[in-house]
Amino acid sequence: MVDAVIGENTVARPRRAAGRKGLRHALKRKSTAAFLMTLPLILLIVLLVVYPALYSVHLATLNKSMQRFVGLGNFEFLFKRDTFWLVVKQSCIFAITAVVFKALIGFIVAHFVHNIPAKGQRKWRGMLLVPWVIPPAMSTLAWLWLFDPSYSAFNYTLAFFGIGPIPWTGDAAWARFSVILVNVWYGAPFFMIMYLAALKSVPEQLYEAAAIDGANWWQRIWYVTLPMMRNIIAITTLFSLIVTFANFDIVRILTAGGPLDKTHIFATWAFRVGIEGSDIPLGASVSLFMVPILAVAAIFILRDVSKRGNES
Amino acid sequence: MSTLTIDKAGPTRNVKYGSMSRDRAWALRWSYFFLTLFAIFSLVPPLYMLITSLKGSAEISAATNPWWVFHPTLENYVGLLTSNQFMRFFFNSAMVSIVVVIITMLISIPAAFALSRMKFWGSATLATGVFLTYLVPDSLLFIPLFKMFALIGDVTGIQLINRWYVLLLIYPTLTVPFCTWIMIGYFASIPKELDEAAIIDGASWLQTLIRIFIPVALPGLIAATIFAFTVSWAQFLYPLVFTTSTDQLVLPVGIVTSLIKGDVFNWGQIMTGALLGAAPPLIIYAFLMDYYIAGLTAGATKG
Repeated sequence: MVDAVIGENTVARPRRAAGRKGLRHALKRKSTAAFLMTLPLILLIVLLVVYPALYSVHLATLNKSMQRFVGLGNFEFLFKRDTFWLVVKQSCIFAITAVVFKALIGFIVAHFVHNIPAKGQRKWRGMLLVPWVIPPAMSTLAWLWLFDPSYSAFNYTLAFFGIGPIPWTGDAAWARFSVILVNVWYGAPFFMIMYLAALKSVPEQLYEAAAIDGANWWQRIWYVTLPMMRNIIAITTLFSLIVTFANFDIVRILTAGGPLDKTHIFATWAFRVGIEGSDIPLGASVSLFMVPILAVAAIFILRDVSKRGNES
Repeated sequence: MSTLTIDKAGPTRNVKYGSMSRDRAWALRWSYFFLTLFAIFSLVPPLYMLITSLKGSAEISAATNPWWVFHPTLENYVGLLTSNQFMRFFFNSAMVSIVVVIITMLISIPAAFALSRMKFWGSATLATGVFLTYLVPDSLLFIPLFKMFALIGDVTGIQLINRWYVLLLIYPTLTVPFCTWIMIGYFASIPKELDEAAIIDGASWLQTLIRIFIPVALPGLIAATIFAFTVSWAQFLYPLVFTTSTDQLVLPVGIVTSLIKGDVFNWGQIMTGALLGAAPPLIIYAFLMDYYIAGLTAGATKG
């Protein structure tokens, strides 16, 4: 039928009009086709992300056996528990410290890689990105073994220099240090590669101009590099904040929240309470506390993304 | 008076004409020095995995230098590669990752094409939604998803909990938004004239996608494929929650739960298992590093 209409038009009208009409039809069909092409994606997002997220809110209002509606009872219960406040504190310490160190190390390493001749950069980039490529569950096992109190490499090496054995994962302060160290090790390469890409996009003329104006090394970084990289630094940091805040593997394998729940973060404690302790509503309530922070970070990222979209 | 002369003439002149190349040489030396330190920091854990995997259990518990292998042996490798259980984990992991990659591509390529080329009602909102979904972490969804799938089992009798194929349903929530997002960026960089010409020549949307977009955006597709694979291969939380029987486990969870028995850590085997588990992503990365990096930098920032 569509063909017939187009055919009629071609006969009756000049060519250009027919083309326009055909295009309009194409557009009509286009939206249907486009909808069909995105349908699986929409279904996936709605059924397996949006629905569970809302369902999680519903779950958080039930009692342990999920028979009775208790409103905000789970939250009241959480607020009265010391462990909960420990988890809040530790999650913030963990995420902020780890992200700051990742960003710093990434920034510094990116500069060093950028400094050396282009020919050798590939090799160094390759080596430095390895921690990001290995599945974190696997590499954390290696760290666990490096941290082993009696047989392991770190304490052996420290003993060689006369420094006593350090209870890496046994003592609260050291355990916190250890999970952050492993997270920095794992995440710094991501910053390094993002910053390196940003550095490469800074036009060389800007540095030449700065050098002619007599800018020293520090001034070049402060007045040329940082402003040019500001967008990528912001977006990478926010993105990493989300991922770090919601981290599970590293803490779970390295300390499993111990000693005495001192290293639990929201994800690992939600797992402990919800799955291992089979109190699903309470676990759901715990993981919901991640939402506000994730949402704030997401809003900032989104603003940045759309701003960049408008610029281009 | 003399200080004044030095101030004016000394340093500035020197920096500008005399020692430019010497400064650069020193900067280079420092760069290499620190890069070496950072490279050591990066490579110590994987190398230590390799070192331990080559040791026998007697050597591991002996108080000798842990950084060196005195009596290299392949017994850990032989032990794991001939163990049915370990090969089962490996097979499950490979199966899940490969199928998830295929599902991801089937969903995200057409979606990215539609979102980047066919502006329709709500397409901008949907693109934003995809990006937001990409930011939703696994640790937020595992509890409601677990309960949902348990309920489906109770209501319909179709058991999904503790079956490896439940992961095929769940992993795409991590991979699809990410890959769609990368590919929207890649497709957007293809000149509009290309597909307009194809449409005018009478090609259908599907033909345009297959004949023009996929070949032109192949680097982006490879990057997305690598990511989908590595994300599925490395996922730890979902399989830990959804699978428990040893024949349903994937590699990361299998190693953590089955090689550690109580308080007994068989470190030789654990490190060998971890190394074998890290091998597929590392091998892919060794060959396709540039695509991996392109995907990394495109995925997180580009619109």
